[in-house]
Amino acid sequence: MPEVQPYKATERRGETFSYLPPLSPDKIRGQIQYLVSQGWNPSIEHTEPEKSFSHYWYMWKLPFFGETSVEKILAEIEACHRANPGHHVRLVGYDNYTQSMGTAFIVYRAGGR
Amino acid sequence: MAEKIYQAGVKEYRKTYWTPDYVPLDTDLLACFKVVAQSGVPPEEAAAAVAAESSTGTWTTVWTDLLTDLDYYKGRAYRIEPVPGDSSAFYAFVAYPIDLFEEGSVVNVLTSLVGNVFGFKAIRSLRLEDIRFPIAYVKTCGGPPNGIQVERDRLNKYGRPMLGCTIKPKLGLSAKNYGRAVYECLRGGLDFTKDDENINSQPFMRWRHRFEFVMEAVHKAEAETGERKGHYLNVTAPTCEDMLERAEFAKSLGAPIIMHDFLTGGFTANTSLANWCRKNGVLLHIHRAMHAVLDRNPYHGIHFRVLTKCLRLSGGDHLHSGTVVGKLEGDREATIGWIDLMRESFVPESRGRGIFFDQDWGSMPGVIPVASGGIHVWHMPALVTIFGDDSCLQFGGGTLGHPWGNAAGAAANRVAVEACVDARNQGRSVEREGREILTEAAQSSPELKIAMDTWKEIKFEFDTVDKLDVQKR
Repeated sequence: MPEVQPYKATERRGETFSYLPPLSPDKIRGQIQYLVSQGWNPSIEHTEPEKSFSHYWYMWKLPFFGETSVEKILAEIEACHRANPGHHVRLVGYDNYTQSMGTAFIVYRAGGR
Repeated sequence: MAEKIYQAGVKEYRKTYWTPDYVPLDTDLLACFKVVAQSGVPPEEAAAAVAAESSTGTWTTVWTDLLTDLDYYKGRAYRIEPVPGDSSAFYAFVAYPIDLFEEGSVVNVLTSLVGNVFGFKAIRSLRLEDIRFPIAYVKTCGGPPNGIQVERDRLNKYGRPMLGCTIKPKLGLSAKNYGRAVYECLRGGLDFTKDDENINSQPFMRWRHRFEFVMEAVHKAEAETGERKGHYLNVTAPTCEDMLERAEFAKSLGAPIIMHDFLTGGFTANTSLANWCRKNGVLLHIHRAMHAVLDRNPYHGIHFRVLTKCLRLSGGDHLHSGTVVGKLEGDREATIGWIDLMRESFVPESRGRGIFFDQDWGSMPGVIPVASGGIHVWHMPALVTIFGDDSCLQFGGGTLGHPWGNAAGAAANRVAVEACVDARNQGRSVEREGREILTEAAQSSPELKIAMDTWKEIKFEFDTVDKLDVQKR
């Protein structure tokens, strides 16, 4: 058993998947495919990191109702990131049956982790 | 009316209460009992006795019976079924007219259905297996004060099970030391920590001191992680007045969630607290101490699925459900049955899961099942598979027992749950590939790797005492 290790100073996190290494492009595609296959509506949001605790981030355009193309959704995420390079960018899956979100996770984290 | 003539004396229950041709109404409350009759008592008579003693009947005829329309008010035994694989018992189905019960009162329903009848001499043992609450009755109950969707939105948790931890040792810590344990868990990545059920307000730590230190820990962890956190502050108390005083203080400190023990505290207190939570925008976590006294014996008592339904009607946003895989009793299919009853808006009859009736909940919010008791990172793949996203997985020893402390233990659990959810979403079979999924995730998390080494050999593989009734081979 290795020696007791000190736990590092607390880092800012971003909810789901923020304790894993950044998702690879393949894994991001897989997550988008999962979101679409659940019948959820994709939506993209972004914010300045210092405002990220708020429930409400800026919407990138409108939710992409009925969009099922992984490539198109990915392209919108890229476009949002290019236009807002200093922002966190997250992907949301609206579930209109539960009137909630089926998933939400940060795809681009400003300043790395 | 002419045939109604008063005759003093005792008559067989089945003459009045056994009605095999009866077709239950949509508004009837239906119950299924597992009955073991005394020898010599025919099943129809035993079933009729259960219907009578749990509704309008008593042991003898009384003249005041004729002052009312007993045919309207009586409970009716309308079906008898053999118990698969067990010739000593049978199922009795009883229909009760809705007007036998006060609106919005699970207290009143239980007082009838599991009242005197359970001590009735002609019955050797009796178990209430299931109740179908008609939607008309469901609509008179307050239900969960917030529900799953509101909780997720308030706490900003989406697309994964939530994670919790019960602070240990369960008794004896001072308030400040206790708050330290909370802070370490939350900053390490848990969403919630929890008061153990028997922490109320003892001499070693009075409730007010605990609430103050714990909320400092919650707020600090939120500020540092940027994530929303909570601690279930146990407001279970000797009186309802004390309970509500503690709830008010928790709210004044900004606590997002409080906790109650619904069976030891009682349904009246629980329903009052649920109403308070609805009014005050506070989430309500429900513990279930004493349930095994009622639900573990397969021949006598109340099945947990009935307690689950009663809690959903009385009100609670979380309810302990068992883990299937941990240290406490719970068969897999039966557990899936009652977690459906917590979360879904309609649950169809499913004998394979022990569900005897369709249950329509209408628009009543759902309850989040809480899996807690003897679970650790190795159980994560099975837990994510069984419970899905709308659940709270609680690792007490599995967080605090980490060789590097609570924060590392919390991080290990958080990495494990996210790795399992990611793998599931990528289309992998999480339960079958659990070992590989965790091993891969541990490559970038030394905390997870140590946790996996520590609990490698711990399993709880005892046979379940209360199994579903199925044909034995």
